[in-house]
Amino acid sequence: MVAKDDRANGSGGAGLNDDIGEAKRLALYRSQIRLREAEQRAFDLFLQNLVKGTSHLSLGQEAVAAGFAEAMQKGDLSFCTYRGHAHTLARGVSVEKVLGELMQKDNGLMRGKGGSMHLTSEEHGVMGSYAIIGAHLPIACGAAWRAQYRGDKDVSVCFFGDGTTNIGAFHEALNFAAVWKLPVVFVCENNLYMEYTPIGDVTAVASPAGDRAAAYGLPKIVIDGNDADVVYREAQKAYAKARAGEGPSLIECLTYRHSGHSRADPAKYRPEGELERWKERDPIKIYRERLKQFGVSEQVIADIDAEVRREVDAATEACKAAPIPPTDILFTDVYADGGWAWRN
Amino acid sequence: MAEISYRDAVARGIAQEMARDKDVVFLGEDVAKAGGCFKATVGLFEQFGPLRVRDTPISEQAILGAAMGAAMTGLKPIAEIMFSDFIAVCFDYIANEFPKSRYMSNGQTKCPLVVRTGNGAGSRFGAQHSQSVENWCMMIPGLKVVAPSNPTDVIGLLAAAVRDPDPVIFFEHKSLYPIKAEVPDGEIVDTLGTAKIVRPGKDATILALALMVPRAIEAAERLKAEHGIDAEVVDVRSLVPLDTKTILGSVGKTHRLFTVEENPRLCGWGAEIVSIVADEAFYDLDGPPVRITTPHIPLPAADHLEDMVLPTPDRIVETVRRSLGS
Repeated sequence: MVAKDDRANGSGGAGLNDDIGEAKRLALYRSQIRLREAEQRAFDLFLQNLVKGTSHLSLGQEAVAAGFAEAMQKGDLSFCTYRGHAHTLARGVSVEKVLGELMQKDNGLMRGKGGSMHLTSEEHGVMGSYAIIGAHLPIACGAAWRAQYRGDKDVSVCFFGDGTTNIGAFHEALNFAAVWKLPVVFVCENNLYMEYTPIGDVTAVASPAGDRAAAYGLPKIVIDGNDADVVYREAQKAYAKARAGEGPSLIECLTYRHSGHSRADPAKYRPEGELERWKERDPIKIYRERLKQFGVSEQVIADIDAEVRREVDAATEACKAAPIPPTDILFTDVYADGGWAWRN
Repeated sequence: MAEISYRDAVARGIAQEMARDKDVVFLGEDVAKAGGCFKATVGLFEQFGPLRVRDTPISEQAILGAAMGAAMTGLKPIAEIMFSDFIAVCFDYIANEFPKSRYMSNGQTKCPLVVRTGNGAGSRFGAQHSQSVENWCMMIPGLKVVAPSNPTDVIGLLAAAVRDPDPVIFFEHKSLYPIKAEVPDGEIVDTLGTAKIVRPGKDATILALALMVPRAIEAAERLKAEHGIDAEVVDVRSLVPLDTKTILGSVGKTHRLFTVEENPRLCGWGAEIVSIVADEAFYDLDGPPVRITTPHIPLPAADHLEDMVLPTPDRIVETVRRSLGS
């Protein structure tokens, strides 16, 4: 790998050692390709009937997860939705733990007790994935309130889809966070569809999150969610604002999911050519070009790809070999005493 | 000892816990500067300040969600939902979020919080501000559910709820707020999951909760005086955990069971207890268990109509007397 200061500025005009820099760019690339490979593997395993239950992939939305996670500091908290594999992985949770949970094996992140929609790894700051639309926005406010109350400097970052902007909890949380000036960052991944319906068909404004910001005294921020550099820079700004005690941000990231809403959805409702047009703006493609533009060699990129592929392959094999969860965990952790007793 | 009201016991209980532990914070609509819609939290804002006692917008989902996020990350919030009927607009947190996060995360997530709420009828507020909804919460695995009937229990059970590591829904009865009783001085800490025999007796067990407890006691006194029936009154206090030992013990002694429930009939808490007794103490019973409940209707506003439908001492006396054939 080329050392940080060894190379002159790339042909793109911006310097290799600009505000993001080579080390962070390689990390952003690695994160995105890791999310892509892991999600693609989840889909393949589903086709082999090895991923059970449901799953909601972030294929095509990797730049949002990578950009926000790479801008975080240790201790910052992520609150995700049922489409949370990418955000969980982006905080450093192993592919094996995530695939294990999707495959409902004992090596899964929650040993099969939560499933793909509830990925949680508190040691990585992943404070849960929430499958009730909008539920986690107020919860993220609460975590941010704790930080504000105690003088902690962590930021709570809450990811959700465009469809969430039409549920009450979104509006309650935005107002609450603004009034209490909480260190929380709301990230709307606008992938153009609320489940199967175009978001524009069911929303009164053009930018489902951005156009609501003014109602809560916040600036309208709508960014290219397929360019990890753009996402990363916006995340940094929002985190700095939160840490400075200047309150919440609402950021709408324009992106597109390459797959259907969930594993059961072939996404036939999409107009012809739409997917192909968005694949031209595939975040992985954009970022590979960016790296090359800055003079990163094909070999460096290929090495990262190979390393990631090895992790995903090894995780897959480990998950296939892992036992199913033992039945004795059925009755654990209902209550804090570890058990489930509701009577004496 | 000092005589204080159930209403003032709420504020004393919260103050006791806030003074003890700075992780205890309190939020809700009108709870801070206004001292609460029922004046049950007067003085807390002045005593503990605006960082720990916080007014919220009318946003029940934000209130409970924020309490959960704070609890998950280290605080011990007390959240007020002004009327328990409003639980319906934030039920996601009570049904899906608080009670399932620990289980789904395989034990990673904690949720030590208390939701206080004004429950029950008697104020002529009509069908959306008068319900007894403790059974809405009793049915959900992962929650604890408490409903005190007197000022001392308010303080002690509230303290136990705040110190408990699980989410506790704490039902205060609106019609009990003005009632007064002697309360011991100093710190009071009770135990969740414990029922109390508040009037010992040998002929029948009457289980009651919250406002129904004083009514059951009055009925028991009259049963004794007017009919020679010596009824034992058990204040259930905690629906989850449920003190089945005390309940089964009482039934084993009296051989007859009556429940006095303010909730509408279907799936009221008494139904679960009757089912437990039928399963585990059937041969202790000398007659069928009898549930005395509000009929299965929305509550009316007019005073004489509301009075007709809630279980009263008269109805309890008459039902027990008839069932015992005296």
